[in-house]
Amino acid sequence: MSRTETADPIKPANPHNAGPPLWLLAELTYRCPLQCPYCSNPLDFAQTEKELTTEEWVSVLRKGRKMGAAQLGFSGGEPLVRQDLAELIAEARHLGYYTNLITSGLGLTEAKVDAFAEAGLDHIQVSFQASDPELNNAVAGSRKAFDQKLAMARAVKEAGYPMVLNFVIHRHNIHQMNDIMSLCERLGADYVELATCQYYGWAFENREGLMPSKAQLVRAEQEVNQYRERLQQSGSAMKLIFVTPDYYEERPKACMNGWGNLFLTVAPDGTALPCHSARLLPIDFPNVRDMDLQSIWFDSPGFNHYRGDSWMPEPCRSCDEKEKDFGGCRCQAYLLTGNADNADPVCSKSSYHDRILAARKAADHATAGLTELVYRNADNSRLFFRG
Amino acid sequence: MHEVPRFRRGFRFQWEPAQESYVLLYPEGMVKLNGSAGAILNEVDGQRSVADIVTSLEQQFPDAGPLGKDVSEFLQDARQQHWIELS
Ligand code: SF4
Ligand code: SF4
Repeated sequence: MSRTETADPIKPANPHNAGPPLWLLAELTYRCPLQCPYCSNPLDFAQTEKELTTEEWVSVLRKGRKMGAAQLGFSGGEPLVRQDLAELIAEARHLGYYTNLITSGLGLTEAKVDAFAEAGLDHIQVSFQASDPELNNAVAGSRKAFDQKLAMARAVKEAGYPMVLNFVIHRHNIHQMNDIMSLCERLGADYVELATCQYYGWAFENREGLMPSKAQLVRAEQEVNQYRERLQQSGSAMKLIFVTPDYYEERPKACMNGWGNLFLTVAPDGTALPCHSARLLPIDFPNVRDMDLQSIWFDSPGFNHYRGDSWMPEPCRSCDEKEKDFGGCRCQAYLLTGNADNADPVCSKSSYHDRILAARKAADHATAGLTELVYRNADNSRLFFRG
Repeated sequence: MHEVPRFRRGFRFQWEPAQESYVLLYPEGMVKLNGSAGAILNEVDGQRSVADIVTSLEQQFPDAGPLGKDVSEFLQDARQQHWIELS
């Protein structure tokens, strides 16, 4: 099949051969009615500047689409807090994006579910904290969260959307795997994300109170595999996606498929990031208010910082696996070693790997209860800002 | 052969100039399709049967010979991946 494409007259310089930003994550706001202790928002979110306006977001969406972005996530915080959400969805859909709404379900109503469908929203992901109201509400820091989430999951299904239910898994709910999966099946989920915590943002502060032990993890994995087999036998289309914590691996994950290579996040204040937690790195990231998205992606020092491999120190520099994992996650390297250039300490070749081993050991003996976690709210956030 | 394929709700098939290929988009995911997969799925409109699709493709690609087996195998596969429904 042949198709003639008109070549782009202004092809940007692209010395690192970076791929186009096929995924755009629009973090519309850091405002959120919940207080999850593993939230990936920055610790000092309460300090961030003014949110982008509707017009500014529309311009980001247009430019992103032109550069090749096809998947668009609306997240936050809680994106429903934005009054212009339906307008942004309509614009995005008109531009040809596949539009995903990533929500806690709080603030959602049946009327909104329908209005968003009309605007062209492709999919809604509702996040839960647990399979029962007590635990769910304790983790979310809200007494009415669970019932609202159930009602909204049903409304999403009723409106005919494909439904993804997301559960962040940690040591306080990992024993509920079977209950969680059967709840999802009853609700008619198409995809279930069982994502064990990644330790950035608030989750890093709370790591000891969140990280499951190896024994808990092994058991959970067995339960997921058995459930998956059962689904297959019954011909169910529900897909289980279990994301295990890399703290129990000997090699790091290929973070974001390479720095500035596929993912582009725009934070509520317009800061452009190669991943949603990169804000914690001591790197100057550009803002869509000051710089064109195309220049941000191809030319800005922030986005070029970890492209290629000339920045790598040992052991990555001479490692034959560097094309595979790019040295792992820069945020994890920074949080655990104090230098973001280092190999991700998850790697057994890293001289800091003992810190991962120590965290595993701590997880075997941790006793912290749910009430001892630091919850994500504005008061605690200001505390982090003051330091 | 008389079955009619249609995309499952939530799956969107479209041409992406930046990738110079057809893609299939679904919740938080995207498959870049190779030439023949793109050509076959481009015929899926929820109206025409597998047999109609084979005829149309054989007209478009006269040098390719009979396509019935390849096309129906691919569509069975796509159904197993839950991309399409056959009814
Ligand atoms: S993780 Fe929890 S607190 Fe953070 S934005 Fe999501 S729902 Fe809100
Ligand atoms: S040394 Fe660096 S490149 Fe090699 S496997 Fe470990 S993290 Fe990856």
